[in-house]
Amino acid sequence: MTEPVLQIDSLVKHYGQVRAVDGLSLTIGQGEVLGLVGESGSGKSTVGKCVLRLTEPTSGTIALGGRDVTHLSRRAMRPLRRDVHMVFQDPYSSLNPRFSIEQIVSEPLLRHKLARGREAAERVAAMLEKVGLRTEMMTRLPHELSGGQRQRVGLARALILEPKLVVADEPVSALDVSVQASVLNLITDLQRDMGFSCLFITHDLSVVEFLADRIAVMYLGRIVETGPTAELFAGPRHPYTQALLSAAPVPDPVKARERRRIVLGGDVPSPLDPPAGCRFHTRCPLAFDACRTVEPELADPRSGAHPAACHLVTAEHRPDAAVPGRTIGY
Amino acid sequence: MSLLDVTDLTVGFDTEDGHVHAVKEISFSLEEGEILALCGESGCGKTVTAMAVPRLLPPHTTRLSGSIRLGGRELTTLPEPLMRQVRGSEVSVVFQEPMTSLNPSFTVGFQIAEVLRRHENLSRAAARGRAVELLELVGIPAPAQRIKEYPHQLSGGMRQRVMIAIAVACSPRVLIADEPTTALDVTIQAGVLDVFRDLRDRLGTAIILITHDLGVVADIADRAVVMYAGRAAEQAPVEELFARPRHPYTLGLMRALPAAAVAGPAGRRRLAEIPGMVPSPLTDPDGCAFHARCPRRQDDCLAARPPLVRHGPAHLAACFHPGHPGEQP
Amino acid sequence: MADQMTVPVGAVPAAGPAERRRRLWRRFRRRPMPMTGLVLVAAFLLLALVGPLVTGDPVTQDYAATLAPPSAAHPMGTDDLGRDALARIASGARISLQAGVLSTLVAMAAGIPIGLLAGFYRRWLDPLVGRLVDVTLAFPFLVFAVGLAAIIGPSLTGVVLALGFAQLPAVIRITRGEVLAIKEMDYVSAAIADGATDGHILLRYVLPNCAGPLIVQATVAIPTAIIGEATLSFLGLGVQPPTPSWGVMLTVAQQYLDVAPWLAIWPGVLIALATLGFNLLGDGLRDVLDPRSGL
Repeated sequence: MTEPVLQIDSLVKHYGQVRAVDGLSLTIGQGEVLGLVGESGSGKSTVGKCVLRLTEPTSGTIALGGRDVTHLSRRAMRPLRRDVHMVFQDPYSSLNPRFSIEQIVSEPLLRHKLARGREAAERVAAMLEKVGLRTEMMTRLPHELSGGQRQRVGLARALILEPKLVVADEPVSALDVSVQASVLNLITDLQRDMGFSCLFITHDLSVVEFLADRIAVMYLGRIVETGPTAELFAGPRHPYTQALLSAAPVPDPVKARERRRIVLGGDVPSPLDPPAGCRFHTRCPLAFDACRTVEPELADPRSGAHPAACHLVTAEHRPDAAVPGRTIGY
Repeated sequence: MSLLDVTDLTVGFDTEDGHVHAVKEISFSLEEGEILALCGESGCGKTVTAMAVPRLLPPHTTRLSGSIRLGGRELTTLPEPLMRQVRGSEVSVVFQEPMTSLNPSFTVGFQIAEVLRRHENLSRAAARGRAVELLELVGIPAPAQRIKEYPHQLSGGMRQRVMIAIAVACSPRVLIADEPTTALDVTIQAGVLDVFRDLRDRLGTAIILITHDLGVVADIADRAVVMYAGRAAEQAPVEELFARPRHPYTLGLMRALPAAAVAGPAGRRRLAEIPGMVPSPLTDPDGCAFHARCPRRQDDCLAARPPLVRHGPAHLAACFHPGHPGEQP
Repeated sequence: MADQMTVPVGAVPAAGPAERRRRLWRRFRRRPMPMTGLVLVAAFLLLALVGPLVTGDPVTQDYAATLAPPSAAHPMGTDDLGRDALARIASGARISLQAGVLSTLVAMAAGIPIGLLAGFYRRWLDPLVGRLVDVTLAFPFLVFAVGLAAIIGPSLTGVVLALGFAQLPAVIRITRGEVLAIKEMDYVSAAIADGATDGHILLRYVLPNCAGPLIVQATVAIPTAIIGEATLSFLGLGVQPPTPSWGVMLTVAQQYLDVAPWLAIWPGVLIALATLGFNLLGDGLRDVLDPRSGL
């Protein structure tokens, strides 16, 4: 088997007292799109930043193509950056306002000394064409472009070196629906043509359902459930995933009003002091005694099904009375 | 006569770059206890339309014409002191960003009580008691403790509930909510939408919901106005709108949603795109504003602006080529 | 979602660099205040650069006319030694311009790098720079000017250094504040993710994006320095007679306020106009220079 493009093992990132990421492991295979889903405060963006070493992990390891990069110096990291790029959420702050589009997209080429001058300009033009922008755009400044066009420029910058891995942090969340659709189509097309792997970070379930091969659901710094997209959407096993799916807006008034929503009590607890036991137990409609004391492992008891970190799934601590609740909402 | 009648509302702004046509000839009505969604993408004029009702648009640069009647009373010409009474007690607003809308230096209880004391002349104790009731109404647990807390001690969802409590403190007849759940997580959003539904059911409040999210429209609205480039493209009861969209823009929006593609046939999924961009609001061409992006475009679309035409009970669409009613989104 | 109350971005017509400059100028030209400022500053520059060439020698004395009121021969009158006030005003303008521009350059040359580094290497350098700024602020610049005058003698050089030093904290602060904001921008993260070096990020990403506020700061610093030069020269700590400076002229004029008030009026009014001009221009530039202001 080939090495996974990205392998994260027991990643921990604490900002002072805030436990943003608290023991997270995941792998992304070649050409695979992993949707990392979570609500605000789940730590999903921190994972992306750690992968790109925009922030230093507190502990754990990150391996790119089998090579541990967790402790590489910035200088040693530099050549590896050819293979990993990032697309950001905010199309307004992610492009240097003083650079022309050509300068923005050619930066990675110049930095890694892969092309200069005319050759660089030609490659930029070709890349812009790939992301659906006319080459006249090259002389423009970012503020002269619409949000969707800027996001295409961000994609062009991330992809011009043909990286093996792209970390996309909510790349379409700031866009209007019609623009979002074309950018999502573009990302799927480019991913298929260029074959890069992708860590797609988002809060929007419908977006990852559309384009991810596999999903990992995060809650308070940990993955609570992970599995192939179709399987996870068809049979969510963790009560949090179930609640998330049941609460997602459905653009169909008949279905939206018929379905039973699982309304979660209370708020997401502070990552300063995550609850003991299962982190979700304070909001879980199915919590029982063991949930308050024993932290469930993200492990799979029976073969064939995808893993979920819940005592109801692992069966070990499950009181039999709670079983029927598992099918709630779906 | 409806509770609120907006007729031929046109709003423009004078800016350095010229006159911005924000809203053009919008008409709609709102019944008591109805939830009306104004939906569309950025710059379509949905917020301007709604904010024209309580006259919350910048007074010096706004050019407004048309009529806004609330309970038979014309608001566009109402003197400002009277308008101030209308705001808060008859029409109130919930904004998108709950953090910046609350004053960080006062407890939430004080902020709710302040509104009550100003508009209803309640005593301090009575206002406090009412504040607790209001927090309970919007589903905040342990309201007697919560009124002593400051905004920063509350989560985003709780702050938005407090904002709703303040907005409904004086039992307004019309509540305007501007993207009230956009800044919130989905699991929180569902609860806040329930609060709006509950207010309508228990108090009979009429609600104008401004949103870009068709999922929210489908979930809670009774009727929706889909806006494009400052005009109403389509207007219909929600079930009708989603079952039989007649304007190609409405159809395009529905097909562009990732959920629509997922629901479609498996295999190579693609989202339906709406090519091109929204026309500049500095211009107001004669033809259909959507024609450049429209798959059904014909010559007549450029020649004249399609009027809103009735396609069924309460279903209006502004399109010369409204397609077949059976066409599914 | 973007704010619905503003013109959507799609509405901004595209442009090349030339068209961009034209549009910038068109927007600037339409505002009355910045244009007034521009006219005043242009007049000041003209006076300082061309004036001395046409008005003659500022130290030549006309013994026949001392403290003479404005006349055809001396349009602004003469001073106590019979020197032409117009010639002295023109030469004084040159001194003021030198003091204003050079001291601002000194402040920028020292302050921008310090501010950049302090903002960028916040953890170790910033506290140090913070203390330095505090100390500088606690040190009245007049004391510093007196000290400098004592060491190198009262001169334009002393004035420039003292005023540059006095402006330093403001430049450091503005630069540092901008850097802190820009550092959080995703485009800086993108550059780091591309493998850019700190030097590259500072020079190509951070510095250009601080430029707007710094240019505005310069237009505030120059008039402050013009007043500062006049003050120091007035007190005898700056430019020394017979070299004409607006400050020196005021020193002389105060003795003759009752017999020759014009001697005080010309430099006084010109200091006010030059200062006003730079400040109006600065305000206008602030509005126009932001690349996100839709231009």
